[in-house]
Amino acid sequence: MAEQEQLISEQILQVPYNYSAGRAASRFLAALRDEKKIYAIVCKRCNIVYCPPRSVCGRCFEGLSHWKEVGPYGVVRNFTRVEYTEDVHPATPLVPALIELDGADTLFPHLIIDTEDVKTGDRVRPVFAENRTGHILDMAGFVRVG
Amino acid sequence: MANRAAIIATGQTRHVSRRRDVNITELVNEAVRECLADAEMVPADIDAVVVGNMEHFEGVYNPNLWSVDGLGAIGKHMMMVATGGTTGASVAHAGFYHAASGAFDTVLCVSFEKQSDGDTTAGLIFQADPLFERFNMAGAIGTFALAASEYMDKYGITEEQAAMVSVKNRGNACRNPYAHLRKEITVDDVLDSRVLAWPIKLLDMCPTSDGACAMIVASEDRAKKRSPNRPAWFKAMATRHDQPFNSDLPMLMGMRSLTHAAKEAYGQAGITDPIKELDVAELYEPCSFAELSWYEALGFCGPGGGGKLMAGGSTGMEGALPVNPSGGVISTNCIGATAMIRVAEAALQVMGKAGERQVPDVKTALATGFGGSWWSEITVLSSE
Amino acid sequence: MEEELLDVKIDSRFVYNYSTGTIPGYFFRMLRDEARIFGRRCPACNKVYIPPRPVCGPCFRPTSEWVEVGPAGTLVAYTVVYFSFLDPMTGKKRPVPYGYGMVRLDGADSRLQHFISESDHAKLKVGMRVTAVFAEKRTGNFSDLVHFRPVED
Repeated sequence: MAEQEQLISEQILQVPYNYSAGRAASRFLAALRDEKKIYAIVCKRCNIVYCPPRSVCGRCFEGLSHWKEVGPYGVVRNFTRVEYTEDVHPATPLVPALIELDGADTLFPHLIIDTEDVKTGDRVRPVFAENRTGHILDMAGFVRVG
Repeated sequence: MANRAAIIATGQTRHVSRRRDVNITELVNEAVRECLADAEMVPADIDAVVVGNMEHFEGVYNPNLWSVDGLGAIGKHMMMVATGGTTGASVAHAGFYHAASGAFDTVLCVSFEKQSDGDTTAGLIFQADPLFERFNMAGAIGTFALAASEYMDKYGITEEQAAMVSVKNRGNACRNPYAHLRKEITVDDVLDSRVLAWPIKLLDMCPTSDGACAMIVASEDRAKKRSPNRPAWFKAMATRHDQPFNSDLPMLMGMRSLTHAAKEAYGQAGITDPIKELDVAELYEPCSFAELSWYEALGFCGPGGGGKLMAGGSTGMEGALPVNPSGGVISTNCIGATAMIRVAEAALQVMGKAGERQVPDVKTALATGFGGSWWSEITVLSSE
Repeated sequence: MEEELLDVKIDSRFVYNYSTGTIPGYFFRMLRDEARIFGRRCPACNKVYIPPRPVCGPCFRPTSEWVEVGPAGTLVAYTVVYFSFLDPMTGKKRPVPYGYGMVRLDGADSRLQHFISESDHAKLKVGMRVTAVFAEKRTGNFSDLVHFRPVED
């Protein structure tokens, strides 16, 4: 038998996905694009303001349809600072954060784009992209205020 | 079977090619709401949730976690089951195991597929062996075309006989309000339709659909006390797998795994003459030729006899054993849900709730599931 | 606000590096270096498997011997694919029509799924003889075997 050279099969697979945003997310994304505003959805039964919004309240199973503007300011409740790069995030440092937007009860995941000295409790506001298409990155990220 | 469990309610979405108005959470929620309504239950009555789909298509892994709101599953036991094409049947079987084990009483089972969020053939290629099959696979259509050419050569099965399956099933679908494709067609329509991969033509093949299916499996005690419908009891279940490459099988359409699964399931159910003892069958037939071959594997006729059985009318709505009154997979194919839809449709037949597609006096119903490396699942449901 | 329904497009790119393992590794090396095809024999049932594998599934025994097979064989199933689809391995639509089939290579018991050079299905027949065509430049993967072409009798 020939020498045991270990072979590797290198494969790059490309698949285009096209996700329906659905009722709740469509309205949220359209508002980012058209109004530069952040909308949450409210479960009146549980008294919870959900952002990101969803069509069903997970706690009481009620279908949701009441909207409420939240933010634009918020408070950093949790964050981390990613120093290494990967294909999916080539730029460093990357600061993903969970933000409590003014008026919302759930935390909103996004990126802090002024990445130095981020602290829990920092007050932030969104920066909107020039070219908005109805995508979560119509908000390029959040920056500290004050 | 030592412990018993039954399907007590079902729900489905109206299956179509593209549900661009809902995301996955909203899609499954529709099926779950309909199922809960059918059971006269609320989420608080459910103590376990089993979810399945074929993640290859949407590229969203563990979608049960992401769609937990729509499932009513927060704070509950939940399990994800993914077995490719047979997923829906595996989810139903897992529901049985959850309830029959005594660990849970009321198990919500949900399966779905949002084919339009991805590319179906590209997604299927992820299921092929990466070293030997991936680069030349041509999705389900290519594989079934190879299988059909061998089947036709060995037994003299004709394209006309296969076309009769499409005519039967698409005609049946016209009486199923959930089915995706509901239009009567003729044998000539099938033979004249566009060739996708010889001999498979457009009307020989299933569509791709967006859809979800839900059912509630209850323990014996719960089923007897709380089911508003006649329970459809699990009487037999079997799963069989085969060798790793499609090309290992001596003949693809021989459907070895279905023959073996049927032997086990019939043994459990005490069935020796399936055509006589089964009242209805919902078969997972991705293409017309496959249904002919599945008749043989399931013992409805001898090897090579599928074409004649179809032509003779035994599997039509007026025949000895109606097959696919729902319209089958050729009329609706939301892959992750499809095998569960077979079980749900079989359950509806046992419950007497199949509306215009109801076969009279169903006591025993068969449902099969098919997976892309030629493995099989069988479920036998009974009114007793 | 009017209900507008949005789509979110995400073009995914997955990079994989599969270890072939020892058995397929040998197979691909022989393909690359010598343009020869090898199957693997089970000592219990004596079947020669292609693609080769370390274990015979039905016997659950390690396969024990390399057996050269082909390059000619018999076509046992075939089709011509007319529908074009997105091939995730190239990111492009696969050109159609093309022949595709299953071949029982001389000396092998299981069959091999591969491209066929003929794309007129009227010219293909179960039972016809075909032979493997190898790439000029081979890199140690299965497409070093380009396709099978019909053999003139």
